[in-house]
Amino acid sequence: MDRSTIIAGFGGQGILFAGTVLARAAMAEGQQVLWIPSYGPEMRGGTASCTVIVGDTEIGSPVVDRADAVVALNPPSLAKFEAIVAPGGVLVVNTSLIEAEPTRTDIEIVRVPCTSLARSAGDDKLVSVVALGALLARRDLVAISSVRDAIAAIVQAKRPQILAADLAALETGFRAASGVLVPA
Amino acid sequence: MTALNGTLERSRTVAEISTTPTNPAAPERVLWKGNEAMAEAAIQAGCDAYFGYPITPQAELLEWMARRMPELGRVFIQAESELGAINMALGAAATGKRVLVTSSSPGISLMAEAMSYMAGQQNPMVLIDVMRGGPGLGSIGPSQSDYFQLVKGHGHGDYKVPCLAPASISEAMALVADAFEIAERYRTPVAILADGTLGQAMEPVVPAYRTPPRPTNDWVADGAKGRAPRVVKSLDLQPEHLERHNLELQAKYREIEAREVRWAGEHLDDAEIVIVAYGTAARVARTVVERAREGGLRAGLFRPISLWPFPTAALREVAGRVRAILVVELSAGQMVEDVRLAVEGVTPVAFHGRMGGMVPSPGDVLAQLRELWAITEPVPATGHGPGHPRRHRPGAAASGARSAIGAPTAAPSGRTPRSTAILDELVEVDIADALTEVWR
Repeated sequence: MDRSTIIAGFGGQGILFAGTVLARAAMAEGQQVLWIPSYGPEMRGGTASCTVIVGDTEIGSPVVDRADAVVALNPPSLAKFEAIVAPGGVLVVNTSLIEAEPTRTDIEIVRVPCTSLARSAGDDKLVSVVALGALLARRDLVAISSVRDAIAAIVQAKRPQILAADLAALETGFRAASGVLVPA
Repeated sequence: MTALNGTLERSRTVAEISTTPTNPAAPERVLWKGNEAMAEAAIQAGCDAYFGYPITPQAELLEWMARRMPELGRVFIQAESELGAINMALGAAATGKRVLVTSSSPGISLMAEAMSYMAGQQNPMVLIDVMRGGPGLGSIGPSQSDYFQLVKGHGHGDYKVPCLAPASISEAMALVADAFEIAERYRTPVAILADGTLGQAMEPVVPAYRTPPRPTNDWVADGAKGRAPRVVKSLDLQPEHLERHNLELQAKYREIEAREVRWAGEHLDDAEIVIVAYGTAARVARTVVERAREGGLRAGLFRPISLWPFPTAALREVAGRVRAILVVELSAGQMVEDVRLAVEGVTPVAFHGRMGGMVPSPGDVLAQLRELWAITEPVPATGHGPGHPRRHRPGAAASGARSAIGAPTAAPSGRTPRSTAILDELVEVDIADALTEVWR
């Protein structure tokens, strides 16, 4: 059974990074994964999105017409992707930047001020990691420990100095969406 | 998924292939981008020289080669243009080196002339086309609209190039090695048709590679010291000579058609309706088949891996026992012509495609599949009642199933009425005419 997640927002919000973290975590757990960026002529400030499909068997369509989870980090992303959340799915809304209210009543809406939480964790650009933490608090896509490992594996190689902030951002998002402490 | 090495008889179903790889939890899997995985697979296959020019959506392939090839002491050249790149490749290939050239659609067009020369003078080479939307400069979105161009030969003259179409990143890696082997075995350029999605996506792959054995080349221009000079060229002003050369090329192409067919099937044994698709379109089709079966519609997937040689005989056999075939492409309908030639009218063939960088969604395709099912007649009964799966058995039973198609299926001609429910689903653009042509 495939579970698809779309992370969408402005270019520069770490969309592709968060998707890569999710994909690596799922891979480390032995799952099949397909990661697809929106690879149009995006630029910083433009819209970007990333689709991560996780499953037990080989993944089929790279095009998702009903997503199990959507993370909307800016207003255009909410407008574009709210409709394709599958009934019973989850929609994470970055209330720091999105004033509009989602209209769906058949899905779970998780409202988290991701950008402000990212800032308090150390950097605005961690907004996607905060949102990923929030998503994982509501959906058991991968274990949070796998996500920590994936972040460490990616960040350690290039910018080890930001690892602590990344992990803090993940934890902040998780806590904001669950109201409980992150499991060890 | 491993590539299918071998003839039609050795082709296996996707289900079989999927169980073949190592334990998916094995720690050696890496998350890899299609373009980079194909580049490294070429390096590990023994690629001696790479020539290219940047273009989206294959740029990461060139970037990977720019970093890795000099590290290994091999040749990397970013040429001044695609024309430069392919002609450098021609020269390197004439010396018997393993040569890779990659580009995307507009760049591939620029390379057509030299591809014809290389076919004519029988130079092995591997060309990867990470297809984007056209015509013209088009878009950078994924597309399959270069099928006619590459599968039908690419440049001028009577020639063909074997064309391989991967549907996953691990399959793409395996096919790169296969492509070098085919190129050298038959002394021909070989094309790999990928698309922007496959190039840009990441999937976990086991970094396992294959290095085809080096052939002993008795034709290469690698220095004539101590032997008679050899000439590698395509010019021959003697019509008698050139016709004989053409006949030799054609004999080679018949041999390729007999030996290098590759395809994969999924749920074909009991399918009553089949989608034919390759590459990314086949990935969409796999999801459609799953959803159709969840809803009780026994759908199957036939996935050509070699686009030329096309799996004509295998598809014809499948066509003989299904009520209809839906061809799905990221194009206006190109492979569908080869499907029709293979099917020879034994069952209706319909087409659904998106263009310009658009990819059909599973929901769109499923709606088309259901409509096609609704407007076609069941395969005449051969002892199977409704609700009883038609079991395909190999061997004698297969020919029996084919011969059971004596009575023609009643297919509509011309335009067919569409239900409004389906039209409602086609909200994005007006592709309501996408399934109006049904051939028998």
